[in-house]
Amino acid sequence: MGRKLLTEHINVEGIDTLEVYRKHGGYRSVEKALKTMTPDEVVEEVKKSGLRGRGGAGFPTGMKWSFLAKPEGVPRYLVCNADESEPGTFKDRQLMSKLPHLLIEGMITSSYALGANTSYIYIRGELLYVLRILEKAIAEAYAAGFLGKNILGSGYDLDLHVHPGGGAYICGEETALLESLEGKRGNPRNKPPFPAVQGLYARPTVVNNVESIAAVPVIVNEGGDEYAKIGVGRSTGTKLISACGHLNKPGIYEIELGLPVEEFIYSDEYCGGIWKGRDLKAVVAGGSSVPILPKELILKTAAGENRLMTYESLSDGGFVTGTMLGSGGFIAMDETTCIVRNTWNFSRFYHHESCGQCSPCREGTGWMEKVLHRLEHGHGHMEDIDLLVSVAKQIEGNTICPLGEAAAWPVAAAVRHFRHEFEWHATHAKEAAQPGAVYRPSGVLV
Amino acid sequence: MESTATKPQFSEAAKAEIARICKQYPEERRKSAMLPVLHIAQAEFGGWVSPEVQDLVAEVLGVKPIEVYEVSSFYTMFNLKPVGKHVLEICRTGPCMLRGSDELTAHLERITGAKVGGPASEDGLFTLKEVECLAACGFAPIVQVREKYYEQLDTPEAVDAMLTELRNQVHRPALPWEETGLPNAVANN
Repeated sequence: MGRKLLTEHINVEGIDTLEVYRKHGGYRSVEKALKTMTPDEVVEEVKKSGLRGRGGAGFPTGMKWSFLAKPEGVPRYLVCNADESEPGTFKDRQLMSKLPHLLIEGMITSSYALGANTSYIYIRGELLYVLRILEKAIAEAYAAGFLGKNILGSGYDLDLHVHPGGGAYICGEETALLESLEGKRGNPRNKPPFPAVQGLYARPTVVNNVESIAAVPVIVNEGGDEYAKIGVGRSTGTKLISACGHLNKPGIYEIELGLPVEEFIYSDEYCGGIWKGRDLKAVVAGGSSVPILPKELILKTAAGENRLMTYESLSDGGFVTGTMLGSGGFIAMDETTCIVRNTWNFSRFYHHESCGQCSPCREGTGWMEKVLHRLEHGHGHMEDIDLLVSVAKQIEGNTICPLGEAAAWPVAAAVRHFRHEFEWHATHAKEAAQPGAVYRPSGVLV
Repeated sequence: MESTATKPQFSEAAKAEIARICKQYPEERRKSAMLPVLHIAQAEFGGWVSPEVQDLVAEVLGVKPIEVYEVSSFYTMFNLKPVGKHVLEICRTGPCMLRGSDELTAHLERITGAKVGGPASEDGLFTLKEVECLAACGFAPIVQVREKYYEQLDTPEAVDAMLTELRNQVHRPALPWEETGLPNAVANN
């Protein structure tokens, strides 16, 4: 059993109330930080912990914090990115709805470290019911003196608010999120300036994922060095993995980074293997935008080593034979899954969610969806396969924000690893268009 | 929609909630309350935001109407046409598809008589809308109705239980600032 740093008490009755949360050690990090540490000391502990952004990018959180500009007399903000929308990812929803005080505690301690006196949690609009849970918990925290003026007599003031989105994947991109928080369309901003210099209301701003902020209390309580002892190399601490797709036990698992992928999929402690006694075909390991890998490459690297749940091991081999840990949205597909259909579905998603600012993304995602649709529905040609790769290449690196890459990578990877399935769709159009038709080396399964 | 001669007005409870929300942002940044106020407007006025309702939102926030229109048309949660009493938002993205969302959509179209993207069912009860990932992939397939997630709808029994619950709702569930929920609007196709 790995250590559970965030979710140890997640199933305790009443843990969503301040009283029960306090009984299980809640808000200790606020007391410790505000009473015994300077803000810079808190930042230092987070740096030492090696914590990396849990939203997908994996950028060191402490370093991101140290980039925050601190001009005299100018307010700065901490904004929590709770716009969880990456297909396959559903960890933050669970964390916030069951442990609202953990996020609030993390927001207070982190805001103190950054010198923010007003902070926001930007939650995707679909999760209005979670916003209600958070607002109730925030009211409790105000009443207990953990929020508001002169917190715990320290002289530090903080107001914390929850802000709902309106249904737009793009608002998970931090500058689109800030636009949205300002009451506008979620169009990502050109960078520089980065949010650390000009973010919310053109003030210095840090945007962090829910899970990153939720890790701050344990780092402050136990120390950054202790936290860094868990994990492997530069992948320190624990990570929430949202497991879904064709698994016996889909759900949220907090794992110590370094767990072998094979153990995560097949052990009864985690996902319990593939459903219906079927064989595993492929995995998208870090949310829909990371490259898909066939069974052989997700279980072992190209060099034949066990693949581990770490940032480094999952990306071993680059995009030729590797993938990314991303947000930890782990989608397993069994042997009956049609890769072309699945890739078309993801392309439709990115086309739908493109904000439309940059033509390579706006037009390119549309073309990829269209070409994949015709391959899947029996109107495709062999040339379509290279056309897909070519469109993906033309999007990548040519857009303001990473949605372009997020849309291009899954298509390029699907063709890279499952080209024979695409070819079969082009050469066996009638069979491929049958509902449920899937290419198998031994023949067609309908 | 028949033309409404009277201008829409927020209820007193909603006005108080809007005032509370506006205080969360710097005074000169009242526009920040755009999305929360649009959500309240949609809940107040029958599950969709008409041009008149959007004009009201503009007035409340002190912005030009175009600033509301450009936002309401960008975000998928705001319905810009009249809807049935219950809008069933069916997740269609990869992880839900792997666990049967296509079959769920076909099943819902059969039993409600409504079509995805089309008008409400003839009895005015249900509008079907396909949406992208709802961040509950481990509990797929999923339907969202207002603020509630109905999860693991992979059996006819689970779907029936959801529809029965919705059919029995005379009022929509009360929001935190309301004593009782508003009566469900009648669809007007």
